[in-house]
This record gives sequence, structure tokens and C-alpha cells, in this order.
Amino acid sequence: MVLTLRSINEDPARASSHALETELAQAAAFVRKHSIASIYHAGSGHPGGAMSSADILACLYGAELNLWPDSIEDPNRDRFVLSKGHAAPALYAVGARYGFCDAKSALRLRKLNSPFQGHPHVLDLPWVETSTGSLGQGVSVAVGMAMGLKLQGLSARVYTLLGDGELQEGEVWEAAMCAAHHGLDNLCIIIDYNKLQSDNRNSEIMRLEPLAAKWRAFDFGIAEIDGHDIPEILKTFRRASVTQGRPSVIIAHTIKGKGVKYMENIPTWHGSVKFTRQQAEDALQSLGATRSEIKELLDV
Amino acid sequence: MSSTPSLIAIGNDSLRESFGKALSALADEFPKVVVLDADLAGGTGVHHFRKSHPERLLQFGIAEQNMMAAAGGLAATGLVPVVTTFAVFCLRAIEQARLSLAYARRNAKIVASHPGLDVGPDGGSAQALEDLAAFRAIPGMTVISPADPIEMAKATRAMLEFEGPVYMRTGRSPARRVFNDDHVFEIGKGQIVRDGSDLTIVACGVELARALDAAEELEKENISARVVNMATIKPIDGALLKRCAEETGAFVTAEDHNIYGGLGSAVAESLAASHPCPIEFVGVKDVFGASGEPEELAEQFGLTGPHIARAARAVLERKRKA
Repeated sequence: MVLTLRSINEDPARASSHALETELAQAAAFVRKHSIASIYHAGSGHPGGAMSSADILACLYGAELNLWPDSIEDPNRDRFVLSKGHAAPALYAVGARYGFCDAKSALRLRKLNSPFQGHPHVLDLPWVETSTGSLGQGVSVAVGMAMGLKLQGLSARVYTLLGDGELQEGEVWEAAMCAAHHGLDNLCIIIDYNKLQSDNRNSEIMRLEPLAAKWRAFDFGIAEIDGHDIPEILKTFRRASVTQGRPSVIIAHTIKGKGVKYMENIPTWHGSVKFTRQQAEDALQSLGATRSEIKELLDV
Repeated sequence: MSSTPSLIAIGNDSLRESFGKALSALADEFPKVVVLDADLAGGTGVHHFRKSHPERLLQFGIAEQNMMAAAGGLAATGLVPVVTTFAVFCLRAIEQARLSLAYARRNAKIVASHPGLDVGPDGGSAQALEDLAAFRAIPGMTVISPADPIEMAKATRAMLEFEGPVYMRTGRSPARRVFNDDHVFEIGKGQIVRDGSDLTIVACGVELARALDAAEELEKENISARVVNMATIKPIDGALLKRCAEETGAFVTAEDHNIYGGLGSAVAESLAASHPCPIEFVGVKDVFGASGEPEELAEQFGLTGPHIARAARAVLERKRKA
């Protein structure tokens, strides 16, 4: 059984933050390995951003979100919106880890008649909450959700993960202004700040810095953290959840391609890529997969 | 056939005012409705709603893209968002309408005021002549353009009762009354508002009143023109069009929109598949608008009753030769 905050709550004897952190690290490794495998089988997909966001996603689904496979229609569930929809393989993998979908089915990424489309689609997979894939829109949808929950007196929270390149979309700043104006303290924006985008470094394409100052000027509660440090991610989520009167943003410094040595910090691995068998094997090996695990993931 | 064969009166209410009043009057009956505004409540008619239900008027500032996508989020929590702005700014946010509303199949409504040359003095930049075409091309999007204040009020109710994304055009200028209070509006259904046997004029929005002007003019020349109100552009009432094709054999379409992609195209697509016959298209001929009073613009760009009558004579000529 996968250890989650709920299982800890249900069984206090297992309550150990160390055990949870260990589980979340394993979940993040699972997300990375499954993302590589599904992108390999698809013959296309974006591995870099899936690797950089794996720890954040594991912490959300494994600990922070009040969301379970049997509560995806509960009006008071927490919502997560993957605004950087191209990290879909990581979302599917974390969903598989926590029982929202079947892990083996999720390997049919980008295939004809598979619900695991290249970008998440809510009519295919209700638990992804909304359809994304056009940068800037997911954060607006999350703002609308946060407003709707408040209007209806529900205490659920809304989380959304944005890419750093995504911040070049003007809509993000429309959404930021709106969230602050309406005091959406039930909204938490997380930025997967891996410094790279499709073609090159952010700083070359369209610079984002000073990034924290931008969000501060928009009147957000801000945290800047290491997006691969699980205890720090968990602690920051807790702090964001008690922020009152304004929305939160977590600027999570990450490494694009994190965990796959040959991929780390190389922009080429952002865009949609086609893995050779050797590249997929090397990536999985780099992520600590055993021989039998590699075979199981790649020979389905 | 409606009980009202011709124009009733020239009222003072614009379609936007009629919409705003209807929305306010319906608000208690539809408690899940929230109205989204981008600093245009005075222009779109929703100032009535703001006055009656201020807590349900959500202000988004001048930021239509965020407003359109946020409507998807509001709908996801079970509310029924009604996005209001000018038609041109709906075009600005059309990709948000596509992905976050239509693709996600949200029960969200977009109500666009200030469409077409009816905008008048604000000029070409403000006159959306492409919105029916653009929104019609989005899968699952219902597209409505009511003709007069009575129909607008009824369409507002129908839109709220309908489950799914809707794009509805209102109008800026005082609108002529065509219908009585007993008018029945149903999404997806056109009505014959004046019977005739030589040809059928299909119109929507402000052009319906002008189509009735044309029918009057043609009657004096012993031409019997049937006039159909086609307030739902999508899904188009193909059965009614087929019947009219069989019974009259020639068509004129009339809309305050580019002749490409709107009502005329929808009628042509439908008839091409069911009962092909000659069609003339009255609309703006693939150019942008300009400043001027709506009636002056209608005259200059060819949207008046006499222009429709001229198109009717032309299509009858083609029908005779066919």
C-alpha cells in the first residue's frame, strides 16, 4: 500500500514524516521512470519538464491535496490544474501512482483512442480537472475555480503548476492581477523554474528576472524553494495553506531533466523528442531502475 | 408560422438592454448563474444584473483572455458563468473559449454585445464581422443571434436552460420590434415569420426587420417572399431550410456579418447537402466596417431592405434560368 497523508491520518501508528518523505521520493522516482517509458512508447513527448516537476507532483498527490480517487466528484475536494499541459506524462504517472488511473494504460501515451492524450483532457480523464495544453489558460481556469469555491462557501484549495516559459504569456499576469484583486487565498501557484524553454534558456528567449519581484509587485505571498527538496516542498505548501487574504506563489527552482544525467540542463530535452531504445534504457538506468524494471517498462 | 407577419413598432430597447434586463429578471430562478464583466457592464446591459444581484457580478477588469478561461474554472465548480463583453473582444479570447470552455464542454455562456455594423460610430476596429464564423467553427459551440428585444429575452432564458457552451450576439443600437410577447424561441429552430412562395429570405439579428422591409417592397412587384428568422446559426435548422427550398426554390440570406462564414455559409452548407438551389448573400462583402450611424453604414455596405430586395430579384432571375 502506498503511504499517504490520509493513510497516516487513518493509522497514526505509521505517522512518521520520515516515512512519508521516503514514500514521496519513491513516488517521484516512479513518476520519472514512467514518464520516460511512456514518452519512449509514444515516440514523442516532453521529458525535460516532466523530470523537473516530478517531486512537486509527488508532494501534491501524495501529501498535500485533499483529493482521492473516490473523491474526484466531491465539491469540496482540492483541485490541481496542470497549466503546463505538456508535462502530461508526469501527471499521468503520478495519477497512476496514487490510484487515479492504471499505470500500464498510462504507458499508451499519445496513442490513437487512448485517453492519455499528449496534453490532459478532462473529458478523457475527469481527475485532471480541466483540459490544458495552451500555455496561460490553466492558471486562469484555476483562478475561476478558486473564485467559484469561495462564492459557494467551500474551503477546498486550488493548486496549479506553471512552466517558467509559460510566464511569457500575458494571460498569466491577467490571472495574477485577478487572483490578488479578489484575495484568492485558496489559490497556490507553483512555478517549475527550470530556466529552460523549448528553444533555449529563458534568459535568451525572453527574460523572466527579477521574477520574485514581479510576483511581489502583484501582491502574492511568495516562497522561493528548491523544487527537488521534498521536506521543503511540503513545508512550503503548509505555509501557503495558512496564508490569508492573498494568493500564494511558490517559485520552485528545478533542474530540467532532473535525474537523467545526460538530459540535465540541456534545452534539447525540453521539446518533443523521440527516444531511441538505448536512450530510454540509459535514462531509466540513470533514474535507478533495475534491469527487470527497465524490461518491464519498455517491453510492454 | 408566427402570428406576427410584419413589423410591430420601432422600440427604444436595444438587444443588449433587453438581454441585461432579462438576465436580471431570471437571476433568482437560476441561482447558479454568475455574470463575468470586463469593465463594460454599462455597455453590455449587465448593469441591470449588477444592480439587482451585485454579489453575483464578477469583475475581471480589462482582461478578456483571463475572464474567458476563468469561466471554465467557475463552471467546473458547478456555477453557470455568463461571460459578457463586446463581440470583438470575444474574438480576442476565442482560443480560451475553444480550449477552456468548448473542448472541456463547460456549461458556460458567452454573450457578445456590439456586433457588426450596428456598432456604428466606434468604427471599423470595433465592428466584429467575423464572430459568427469563428465561433461557429468551434466544435460543440451553439451560436445564436436573436432578432429583436422580445426574442432576446426569450433566448436568454433558453440559453440558461440549455446545457453546454453558447455564443450569443446581442446588439448595440435601438432594435426594431418584430415579435409579440407570444413569440416562441427554441434553440435550433427557425420560424417562418412571413409566408411567401417565390423565394425565401433567411435572416438573423438586425437583418430580420430589414428582410421584412424587403418582403413588403417585393410584394408591390407581385413577388411573394417568404421570410425566415434563423436566430440559431448553429445548429442550423436544416429541416426548415429543406422545406423552404422545396417550396420556394431560391434563397437570399441576410446578416450583419461578413458574407463568409456566418449565416449565409451555414444556409449554403445545409442546402448543398439537402436541396441545392440558387442563393444570394446579403452581408458585408469581406471588408472591414467604418464609422457612421448604423443606418448610414447599412446603406453604404449594402444591408438595407432595398439591398435585400435587389438580391431577391437577382436570385429569382437565376431561378428562372435554372
